[in-house]
Amino acid sequence: MRSMRTIEISTGLFVLLGFAALFFLVTQITNRELSVDGSSYAVDAKFENIGGLKVGAAVSMAGVTIGRVESITLDQSIYKAVVQLRIKSAYSRIPKDSDASIMTSGLLGSQYVGLTAGGAEDFLKSGDHIELVQDALVLENLINQLAASFAGRKDDSAKPEETAK
Amino acid sequence: MNLLRELTENLRELIATVGSVFIFFGRVLGQVPRALLRPSLIIKQVYNAGALSLVIIMTCGLFVGMVMALQGYDVLQRFGSEDALGSGAALALLRELGPVVTALLFAGRAGTALASEIGLMRATDQLTAMEMMAVDPIRRVVAPRFLGGVIAMPLLAIIFIAIGIFGVQLVGVQQLGVDANSFWSQMRSSVEPQDVMDGVLKGFVFGVACSLVAVFEGFTAVPTAEGVGRATTRTVVISAVMTLILDYMITAARL
Repeated sequence: MRSMRTIEISTGLFVLLGFAALFFLVTQITNRELSVDGSSYAVDAKFENIGGLKVGAAVSMAGVTIGRVESITLDQSIYKAVVQLRIKSAYSRIPKDSDASIMTSGLLGSQYVGLTAGGAEDFLKSGDHIELVQDALVLENLINQLAASFAGRKDDSAKPEETAK
Repeated sequence: MNLLRELTENLRELIATVGSVFIFFGRVLGQVPRALLRPSLIIKQVYNAGALSLVIIMTCGLFVGMVMALQGYDVLQRFGSEDALGSGAALALLRELGPVVTALLFAGRAGTALASEIGLMRATDQLTAMEMMAVDPIRRVVAPRFLGGVIAMPLLAIIFIAIGIFGVQLVGVQQLGVDANSFWSQMRSSVEPQDVMDGVLKGFVFGVACSLVAVFEGFTAVPTAEGVGRATTRTVVISAVMTLILDYMITAARL
């Protein structure tokens, strides 16, 4: 029969071990970067279609993550998606005429916002709008385009035969 | 005709048992606040259920992780995506393997200990003696053991998962040569804090279920040597089935 002291110490160690494991799991193996730490500024962009873009998705330029998507709402006056981007203050030299497009990372990856630098001399500040945007690629539209281009080519090849008759 | 009567008898037995389990659960929960006034009892039970199970949990966790690394590497290597080993193994451990395997091991080690201990107290009339002395056996014996199991189980599940991931890393990175940086960064990008919380939640729910089954079987054991043995066996079987049923229900609700 162990003394009460030994039991208390062992139990304490067990509970501490459990919490240490929990701490390790939460900090070491989870994706913590769903919000921007430190100082940052917000800009927004309006898209016709954002596809599968989610809040917390990365905003990147030249492949480097410079911020996160903060919020996605629908503007009911112009029926476009308003995406608010939060960019780290360290990246304060993004030209005003940069273009924001929604891209997919890898084959099965999630979607993110990619910024391509423009040539303007003024830089984006907090509250600015990104005017040049490129919507997400929607599969149905692509298929419709493909089908339409096939039909168009068939018409073109049929016409000379008709006039030859 | 006889068969039909037997079936209805068995069905009624089953329903009656389910009812008595829930009534018992209510009684135990009712005594939990008073049992919390004696922390020394609870600490002793957390020690019995948790600290003494550490060896089996950590060993099994390590080997489960190592096996997952081997199997995962074998499959992923065919698609050239060995780097995804970390995220696949971590998600599998966190969401399913960790809580479920820990619950089964817990039922086998701590559940049987609880059931046989309480069953033996029943068989040697200790519980009846307590009732005669106006000491509520549920408050003194059952509730602390139940609480001990409920506290220990989520902690054991977390320890199992952490050691499992260490095992995956041990075989995957050290032995099979998966790139350490991509292993950890892929894992970090696909595991969310939500997944860790899901694992803890499952551990807690399984802890409640397995501990309840163990103390119930012990408390209602037939007071003979054979009865205690049967109670112990039933504990493991019913705990395992309940764990897997609850696992499905929780997964369906959360996904």
